[in-house]
Amino acid sequence: MTALQARGLTVQFGRGHRRLTAVDRVDLDVPERTTVGLVGESGSGKSTLARALVGLVPIAEGDVLLDDDIAPVGRSGRVTDRRRRVQMIFQDPFASLNPRMTVGAAISEALAVRGGDERSARSLAVRHYLDLVHLDSDVATRPPSVLSGGQRQRVAIARALAANPEVLIADEITSSLDVSVQSAVLNLVRELQRDLGLTVIFVSHNLATVRYVSDVIAVMYLGRLVEVGPTDDVVSRPQHPYTRMLLDAVPRLAERTLTGEDEPESGEPPDPHAPPSGCHFHPRCPIGPNAFPERQVCVERDPREGSEERRHRAACHFAAAGVSSPPASYESQEVRGVAHDR
Amino acid sequence: MSRWARALRTPLGVVALIGVGVIVVLAVFGPILWSDDASRFDFEAISQGASRAHPLGTDALGRDILYRVLVATRLSVTLAVLAALLGALIGVPIGALPSLVGERLARTITSFINLAVAFPSLLIAIFVAAIVGLGARGAVFGIACAVAPYFARLTQTLASSVVGADYVAAAKVLGVRRSRLLSRHILPNVAEPLLLTSTLAIGEALLSLAGLSFLGLGVQPPGYDWGRLLSEGLSRIYVTPIVAIGPAVAIILAALVFTLLGEMLAKGVAGQQTARWSDVPAPPVAPAGPVEVASHESPGALAVVVESLTVAFPGGSTPVRGVSIGVRAGEIVGIVGESGSGKTLTAMAIADLLPPSARMTATRYEVQGQDPRPLSEGAKRRLFGTSLAIVYQDPMSSLNPALRVGRQLGEVAELHGRLSQKESHRRSIDRLRDVRIGSPESRVRQYPHEFSGGMRQRAVIAMGLMIDPKILIADEPTTALDVTVQQQILRLLRDVGGSSHAAALFISHDVAVVSQLCSRVVVMYAGRVVEELDVATLVRGPAHPYTAALLASVPTMESDRSLPLATIPGRAPGPFDESPGCPFASRCPLATDRCASERPELESLADGQRVACWHPLTGDEERERVVRARENVVV
Repeated sequence: MTALQARGLTVQFGRGHRRLTAVDRVDLDVPERTTVGLVGESGSGKSTLARALVGLVPIAEGDVLLDDDIAPVGRSGRVTDRRRRVQMIFQDPFASLNPRMTVGAAISEALAVRGGDERSARSLAVRHYLDLVHLDSDVATRPPSVLSGGQRQRVAIARALAANPEVLIADEITSSLDVSVQSAVLNLVRELQRDLGLTVIFVSHNLATVRYVSDVIAVMYLGRLVEVGPTDDVVSRPQHPYTRMLLDAVPRLAERTLTGEDEPESGEPPDPHAPPSGCHFHPRCPIGPNAFPERQVCVERDPREGSEERRHRAACHFAAAGVSSPPASYESQEVRGVAHDR
Repeated sequence: MSRWARALRTPLGVVALIGVGVIVVLAVFGPILWSDDASRFDFEAISQGASRAHPLGTDALGRDILYRVLVATRLSVTLAVLAALLGALIGVPIGALPSLVGERLARTITSFINLAVAFPSLLIAIFVAAIVGLGARGAVFGIACAVAPYFARLTQTLASSVVGADYVAAAKVLGVRRSRLLSRHILPNVAEPLLLTSTLAIGEALLSLAGLSFLGLGVQPPGYDWGRLLSEGLSRIYVTPIVAIGPAVAIILAALVFTLLGEMLAKGVAGQQTARWSDVPAPPVAPAGPVEVASHESPGALAVVVESLTVAFPGGSTPVRGVSIGVRAGEIVGIVGESGSGKTLTAMAIADLLPPSARMTATRYEVQGQDPRPLSEGAKRRLFGTSLAIVYQDPMSSLNPALRVGRQLGEVAELHGRLSQKESHRRSIDRLRDVRIGSPESRVRQYPHEFSGGMRQRAVIAMGLMIDPKILIADEPTTALDVTVQQQILRLLRDVGGSSHAAALFISHDVAVVSQLCSRVVVMYAGRVVEELDVATLVRGPAHPYTAALLASVPTMESDRSLPLATIPGRAPGPFDESPGCPFASRCPLATDRCASERPELESLADGQRVACWHPLTGDEERERVVRARENVVV
């Protein structure tokens, strides 16, 4: 069953010529009790998509479906039970906890929103949630300022859990933490997902982390979803050249593995205010019109047309092609293209 | 609140406190004690100047003005406080509104606030006072309306920064109601500056009230406040000036006291650091005996070297403790550590860029074979300016947003290389081309904001290359960049290091990144070097349990997804920690009693590898054991 679904979700900021389409008609299914990893570089719209799913940024077009019902998130500020069912953990635990509220008060607030419990039962519940994230119950009386980064992030997780959500969105939750505490938070998220049967959307720029946590990986580039598929499949058989580029860029522990020439600065993501036509990735693409001038379709047509038929819903006109194994029909053209390029 | 108390303990703070005390005492007891004296007619002494019996003179009915000024304290201060509070009561909710309502309404309210702030406040006060009616009530309302826009503007500015905070977003996601959002999340976090402003507003209200009373809009007879006394006295200012000066001085003093109090509290909130070196005993870390910097297979002069480097701050904080590092020309050495490990301060100490309050000691410190410490400021600037380049994490902080990129690059060469403007311009273009920025001829004329993040970092590297550096320090130069761009900058640094033959120090929290670029790695923990090894050994397996745990806790593309990641329990000791043992002992699965009581020194383990550990890991099984031992630890 699908726990959360985005259908044609579009988020825009600004107006007039400074209008920015941060999320561009994204269709994403998040199956129940799975972890979907959302990966992409800064400006890819992954965090905006996450915020749109919990209703923190207004949705310009499209719908968010919760249990196949249209969720009112983003469309109104009304307090609804639906809203509570999708919770979010933020990147910086130093910013996401109110400095004037004790840990216990922060968690109680989430319990109060859920309603039902008496005040006396709440302190017991606070203890329960602190226990879930492996924190001592005496933390409840402390302000966040005396806690370490890792402890704060646990408190933030406990607060989100206290609302009893079905879907948990984790937005770069380890990137502001020190290396030695990141792993404990990642283990915790996996453990909670498994034990509580949560549905998790894990947003990160770090592909290795996303791979470790997620069952499904969704790759975003300049507001668009370019590839979605089961984790092992995406990692071992990436369909989109951008996914391949991300995989190649993951730093690995190995002696002086840095190879190749430094590329010119055009190898950077373009200005999201003026995204390239057709396929947003075509100016950087190693199998696009730069390498194969006859591939003008990349400049002209949105590669999401027909992506449903492609493996991993890859938004690439030449998804299956790659550099090493081009499809037969393009082979002759490619050879010519390479020759022409040289 | 102890910060406030500390601010009030300064001489000016004491003056403000005494002043407020006097005003409060006068306001409470003045009318009780002297009401009768102040309203006693004395027709023998009508409209007199200063005399022994009447130090401030008498009014037209022979009443003593000194008593009247003292008695008027209550009314004057009460009205001023009321006006300020009422102003806050009107202004704060209006200012908080934009952060709670929709975008369009918020814009309207903001424009309204801007308009009100732009309007002359005394005009508003007179206007409102005239409508509400002559007398104290009118004056209070008038002044409240005059100060309200300032409260509204301040609240709006403060609240808009709080509303953007993640904790408000988190509360919204939870579905917390707007009223609660305001009372629990927004107001408590803006209350402090608002309280301070209220204190300042009281002083202002005192002056405005006097003004209104002077215009006849304030307190009406037979009531009297300071303003009324002042306006009565003013008609006689050429005959008996003292009758006007008395009330005027009272107004000014009281206003001054409230303003001073506000300023002092504001200073307390700003939290000024008062610790000085003179208050602090000498740094407790005794430098160990001379430590030789690790020998390395490739011989060559050390371009930069420090031995037993210690960096301390006032108050006993010692974030760097006995670090020894040497880098040869053409070598790229990585410093790896978490936040608080002292890696950045070590590099800044080498670059002579420590903050002024820091105290640095080292048994040896050489840059290009020269000890910079005894040098004059000018000689130091020449030494560092012509040999050292630094690349920081955030390229925007290294570039002046108001200057063209070419100018900024050129300046470096003109200053340190003594090039003409024309030559330096040509060199800027060459260097931008060296760091692979396309069409450098037009790029030099652009401003930093027209560059993308990766290009800015390239420009900063180009800036460092303007002087042909002998030493290059890169402090997390790729941390703020995307992975694909990170790869490009790393390649660039590798090429730059190779072609310039500079000695490079590459600082990072990411072991994998360091392994790709560097030949040798220094691992820092809690201000000390715990392990130093070449990358080949690092990849094969480090000897220090901390390094091993660090490697095992980072997920890689090869991590087994069915197993939990290794974790490191606890937290690192802070810069104040003075416990005797190994700093990692409390988090180490191999720690013994000795580790807790005796600190291991950095000692050679094998060729080119040094480790500070009583139980270094030597075989693969041992490393495996550490990692497995950790997996059973949950927290």
